[in-house]
Amino acid sequence: MSVALSAQDITRALTRISHEILERNQGSSNIVLLGIPTRGAHIAGRISAMITAIEGSEVPTGTLDITLFRDDLRMRPPRAIMPTKIPTSGIEGKDVILVDDVLFSGRTIRAALDALGEIGRPRAVQLAALVDRGHRELPIKADFIGKNLPTSKNQSVKVLLSEIDGRDEVTIEEGTE
Amino acid sequence: MRHLLSISDLSKSDAISILDTAAELARVSDGAVKKLPTLRGRTIVNLFAEDSTRTRISFEAAAKRLSADVINFSAKGSSLSKGESLKDTAMTLQAMGADAVVIRHPASGAAQRLADSEWMSGSVVNAGDGTHEHPSQALLDAFTIRKHLGMGGSDLSGLSVAIVGDILHSRVARSNVLLLSLLGAKVTLVAPPTLLPVGIHNWPATVSYDLDSVIPHVDVVMMLRVQQERMSDLFFPNAREYSRYFGLNAERMSTMKSGAIVMHPGPMNRGLEISAEVADSARSVIREQVTNGVSVRMAILYVLLAGGALEVGSN
Repeated sequence: MSVALSAQDITRALTRISHEILERNQGSSNIVLLGIPTRGAHIAGRISAMITAIEGSEVPTGTLDITLFRDDLRMRPPRAIMPTKIPTSGIEGKDVILVDDVLFSGRTIRAALDALGEIGRPRAVQLAALVDRGHRELPIKADFIGKNLPTSKNQSVKVLLSEIDGRDEVTIEEGTE
Repeated sequence: MRHLLSISDLSKSDAISILDTAAELARVSDGAVKKLPTLRGRTIVNLFAEDSTRTRISFEAAAKRLSADVINFSAKGSSLSKGESLKDTAMTLQAMGADAVVIRHPASGAAQRLADSEWMSGSVVNAGDGTHEHPSQALLDAFTIRKHLGMGGSDLSGLSVAIVGDILHSRVARSNVLLLSLLGAKVTLVAPPTLLPVGIHNWPATVSYDLDSVIPHVDVVMMLRVQQERMSDLFFPNAREYSRYFGLNAERMSTMKSGAIVMHPGPMNRGLEISAEVADSARSVIREQVTNGVSVRMAILYVLLAGGALEVGSN
């Protein structure tokens, strides 16, 4: 096991992503942050707080559970459905920024795009991920990346967040279970 | 979990996870999303050898909201009415590639028979078998109770429920006694002695013959339908007497705790076990039970069908 990002690295990466989001969207007036549960939702909450601190105004932030839209449901035992909370302002005509912890095959994001399509029609959808570990199986690319981690397929990337795991850390482990 | 045949097959955490899943699904279908792609390409057969409005339509709506293909199949208008056996019917369904069969049958144990047999490989959901069990009804009742009266917890501990009426013929009562006590609620059964089954004292519930003494102390009054179609003997002298002693009318309802609710699995005999005034009152959650039925049945189909048997490494 090796540590890829320390707590400080994570905070720095998220701070940079927050600034990049603002730069790209010329402020926070039209953006909506949607985190993908479980850890993506917490990361979205942190980015939201950072943007609020920078801009001085609240950013609509919610969660988007994509379980019901997955294409690999039949390959695994049933998963628990996590809450979806769309901000009251909705996503219609907004610039939606999807937030996830690890970008890997891209299938989660495909499912998220399907889920968004059922809810409304955003003006644009962007993607922020704390870690991009490669091995894409779909033509999907992140707009904002905390860190590119080149990995082999039999390694696994673990993201620990203080909200759930008690501390912030990203590690790479050899050999998946 | 492959089949849903009886509440006794569920652990407390299984039951709670179905209720939690239903709560999330209810939130999804309350919002803009009416259709989910989750069960696309799956075939669900509603095999109803006994009449039903609510349960059949509810399972059909649940399956369709999850994008499954639904085949409805009722005794009237099929070869079941020509005397085809359950085995031959099941093998026909297997040949057509049914992923799940939702079965309602007048014989107790029919769903179990179908699940234990080698006749078909899909999941079996018991939608009411004779006087045995009706697990999806109990789950939707528990869901409704938790939504109205749950004290923030995931179970029903601290609540007391009275189930009143024709316990003897009621599969709803059997499933509810098992599920509500599993979830920590205290259950009291109220009925004339003739409408209580043999061995009632082994059920996880107390028994009373006096409705008036029970009503002021419970959080939920669940009225059961008097099942005249299953009554070959005389179980009570006449309808007026039954209604006087075991019916819920406005006067009895006025002695209920504040916040207590009235439930009925339907179809109601208005004027017999429940007066129209009570059925349409503010305490009645009878219509909401029907709405919740769709979410709970979506959750059941999700839990049984969405996951595959193969376990693949996580990412």
